[in-house]
Amino acid sequence: MIPVAFDYKKATSVDEALAALAAGGEDAKILGGGQSLLPVLRLRLNAPSVVVDCSTIDELKGVCEDGNNVVVGAGTTHYDVIKNPMVNQSVSLLAKATASVADPQIRHRGTLGGALAHADPRADQPPVALALDAEFNIAGPGGRRTVSAADFFIGPFETAVGPDEILVSVAFPKLDGWGSHYEKFNRTAQAWSIVGAAAAVRMDGGKIAEARIGLTNVGGTPHRATTVEQALVGASSIAEVEAACAHASDGLEAFADDDADVDYREHLARVLTARAVAKAAGLS
Amino acid sequence: MTEVVDVGTALGRPIKRKEDARLLHGQTNWTDNIQLPGTVHMAILRSPFAHATITKLDISGALAMPNVVAAFGAAELGDLNASVPCVWPVTDDMVAPDFPALAKDKVRHVGDAVAVVVASDARSAADALEAIVVDYEPLDAVIDMEKAISPDSTYVHDDKGTNTCYVYNLGGGYDEKVKEADVVVKRRFINQRLIPVFMEPRSVVAAPMGMSDEITLWSSTQVPHILRLLLALVTGVPENNLRVVAPDVGGGFGGKLQIYREEILALQLARKMGRPVKWTETRSEDMVATHHGRDQIQDIEIAAKSDGTLVGLKVDLIANMGAFLQIITPGVPLLGMFMYPGIYKMGAYDFKCTGVFTNTTPTDAYRGAGRPEATYAIERIMDELAAELGMEPMELRKKNWIKHEEFPYTTIAGLTYDTGNYELATARALELFDYDGLRAEQKQRRDSGDKVQLGIGISTFTEMCGLAPSRTLGALKYVAGGWEHCTVRVLPTGKVEVITGTSPHGQGHETAWSQIASSILGIPVEDIEVVHSDTGRAPYGMDTYGSRSLAVGGQAIKAASERLIEKAAVIAAHQLECSTSDLEYINGVFQVKGDPEKAQPLGAVAFEAFTAHNLPDGVEPTLSAEATIDPQDFSYPHGTHLAAMEVDTETGKVTLRKYVCVDDVGIQVNPMIVEGQVHGGLAQGIGQALYEGAFYDQDGQPLNANMSSYLVPGAPDLPMFITDTTCTPSTTNPLGTKGVGEAGAIASTPAIINGVVDALRHLGVNDVAMPATPMTVWKTIQAAQGGK
Repeated sequence: MIPVAFDYKKATSVDEALAALAAGGEDAKILGGGQSLLPVLRLRLNAPSVVVDCSTIDELKGVCEDGNNVVVGAGTTHYDVIKNPMVNQSVSLLAKATASVADPQIRHRGTLGGALAHADPRADQPPVALALDAEFNIAGPGGRRTVSAADFFIGPFETAVGPDEILVSVAFPKLDGWGSHYEKFNRTAQAWSIVGAAAAVRMDGGKIAEARIGLTNVGGTPHRATTVEQALVGASSIAEVEAACAHASDGLEAFADDDADVDYREHLARVLTARAVAKAAGLS
Repeated sequence: MTEVVDVGTALGRPIKRKEDARLLHGQTNWTDNIQLPGTVHMAILRSPFAHATITKLDISGALAMPNVVAAFGAAELGDLNASVPCVWPVTDDMVAPDFPALAKDKVRHVGDAVAVVVASDARSAADALEAIVVDYEPLDAVIDMEKAISPDSTYVHDDKGTNTCYVYNLGGGYDEKVKEADVVVKRRFINQRLIPVFMEPRSVVAAPMGMSDEITLWSSTQVPHILRLLLALVTGVPENNLRVVAPDVGGGFGGKLQIYREEILALQLARKMGRPVKWTETRSEDMVATHHGRDQIQDIEIAAKSDGTLVGLKVDLIANMGAFLQIITPGVPLLGMFMYPGIYKMGAYDFKCTGVFTNTTPTDAYRGAGRPEATYAIERIMDELAAELGMEPMELRKKNWIKHEEFPYTTIAGLTYDTGNYELATARALELFDYDGLRAEQKQRRDSGDKVQLGIGISTFTEMCGLAPSRTLGALKYVAGGWEHCTVRVLPTGKVEVITGTSPHGQGHETAWSQIASSILGIPVEDIEVVHSDTGRAPYGMDTYGSRSLAVGGQAIKAASERLIEKAAVIAAHQLECSTSDLEYINGVFQVKGDPEKAQPLGAVAFEAFTAHNLPDGVEPTLSAEATIDPQDFSYPHGTHLAAMEVDTETGKVTLRKYVCVDDVGIQVNPMIVEGQVHGGLAQGIGQALYEGAFYDQDGQPLNANMSSYLVPGAPDLPMFITDTTCTPSTTNPLGTKGVGEAGAIASTPAIINGVVDALRHLGVNDVAMPATPMTVWKTIQAAQGGK
């Protein structure tokens, strides 16, 4: 379909983008890679007065090191995230989850910041950011602020980024030497996750010493399975991992849709979490 | 780079497709690419309700919107609001409700057309839809087919006083014959509703041409010739003033075997407004307004002796027509009627089909049209019978199928299968599949209680292709024939035009038809132009569907080419001062036998025929010949398809690990195209088994009419298919061809589900609903295991 007419403003800097957002009012929209916004516009589910194109702002692009963090610019494409050596070295879970996103064309267009700020419950990177305690750098009219992942995701398609703000970058603490795995469960290779389980583990002497677990699409926001993280400490076998992951559905407010009812979604959360942890831990 | 073709042997070679250069370079001429000066754009307001009375329709708001030229509801359109026709009244008492292009007083499915806006650009037309005011009074929606035919149901068409469209019966001997049976197995299969999902959405441009009374209508259609006739009939546009062109068409799968309301509206508005009118659907519209396929409840009963010998088969269908009848809606289940017995011998066969109206998008032909439903039922129930008898499913099939020495064989349904060799195709498939090895692995996985179980799915299918002998169609009350036409012209420069009545939409006719003509004319493939899909340039034809184009149209190409050589020989003999019996025709050149110096190439003969300076008495100028061929019978491709299915019993996820098919499609014109057709068909058949299904809630709202939840398989979801062929030439056409367009889609669906059930049978599972989604499979396992 053809979108409703809108004004288009191309921003060349974050400040320019903020000015355009301020001028555009509440229904201005940011265009990153366009992989979520354009379908929404074409389906006429949204009719913004102005679209602020941030796709060529240099500051939003690329990956850099900042002390103990790997900082990924919000406008970095999925492809650039997947191919980045520092991400693969220190935040391998992000690389793995990102590699499962849609198809090559979308991965070359879509951006990490776009996926996080869009906050689709089915998206693969939000639970990674949550599990890894990422920090979100947000620019607004009053300057910059930092928001933790736990505070960033508010609801389906709703985040801490205000209508006059823009997500600049996301800092992921380095987890060198940790094992990781993203267990994506979907109906076709290019479909959204029905449920996904993101796991990073640090092994010590053949036992799990620390674990971080985030779940995709089990509720309106990504879910951090803290009970399981604690229960996993000391596990050294598949059986122990499975026993710990039996708690993966504890505290879930799982929802039902055509792909999974509540029972099945909770079941998947348990099974997929165990699989993700076992693979991250190198247990077989 | 020009491909060197050894002329004379072009038939049977896997030469690259002529069409692909323009397709791959983005130089295709889709209907939506057509830009005519003064074009106005049409947008259609569609019903958000499945069933409602329109209490108010006010288009004035749309007329006030920028760039809007006109707007119409049914009232404003008046006499131009022609009805969509159905050409297959399957019974004398079939209920055929009126299907106006714009809904008059009620809407009857989500997507039903309520009003149309015309604007100078497409966006303004879309914007103006939002300014139309419609008040609806919602009515109870009729969705469930069994409830629809219960006495207390609301009627989809209350003036008809019933939701039953027709009841069709065939056979009648089953109840007596079944007394001889030791075992009877009954199953209810749901052949779910599917959406064709062609890549190019529907699109139409209708334009008065100015220099005459002609109106040209370009449409993304499979059936330009049928469309021209039916548009003329329903709109009153004189047929001789109407030209229909199907430019490059991006897929159809039956979904473009139709005359759509939007084509009627574009034509009528172009007439009324005197300027080109264009419409291209959005994908969202396509999912509710393009006809759907399948949607049958199949109650199947099979009876056998304890040794596995089949006694009889009883089929009781409820087939969903949707809200209206489109071109062949009621006939689709009957195209499958003859195929339920499949490749098997049995003593009795009863068939009953009840067509039912519901408040859903109309159904009609979708790849295979009736035959996939039949094949699914028989191949699934054969596996269930084998399980009941404790027989290996392939052994049960072998025991009952028609032996190769028994052809031609008249089946219990009354068809005469001309040729086939099920033993040969099966032996080859088993070899390629490593059947024994996989059975051993299956046992090992069962014994060890592996989380991932393995199943083997079998489908030994046949289908009827080459629609169709005109007399047969007449006997079935179809209102047209099944012939096909070809004209072959050799132009004065020696170039050849093959003018065909078939209408390709991705199949590769331009290449394959060139190969057939080349093999007879001795002219290189690249010097042959196939003219098609334009009623102005190729006036005679019955178009492309039902795997008919080669099996029927190919015969016409062969006959016309041979007739052309006959005429050319007379001219050549005159030029070479000999009799035609002294000539031989080798690689495009007439030669006097024993004197190769005395020769005349076909191009030279064509030039003589053009100048007409020295033609023999009684021979008319120009070099062309035509043939219109009515097929003597159907053709019956068959094959053995084997699927190795892995089922993760913990999550319910199904993975297709290996797929082998050995198809017998008779003589192949281009094996590469055959393989491509098989691959595409497999993907769609597998799609039905595992991924696809269009569903409504009880209010008639589509639950997944979008491409993020109506899932079609992509390349990553499919394994490398292992394909091979055997060949028993068809005897019903002189090329020995059978048809391949629908084979993969027909055969694969039961193979996949049989494989899934086979993987889980030891857990107590004896059926899995389609599509076999992870949740469906997991719940089925849970239920079989006594869980919730």
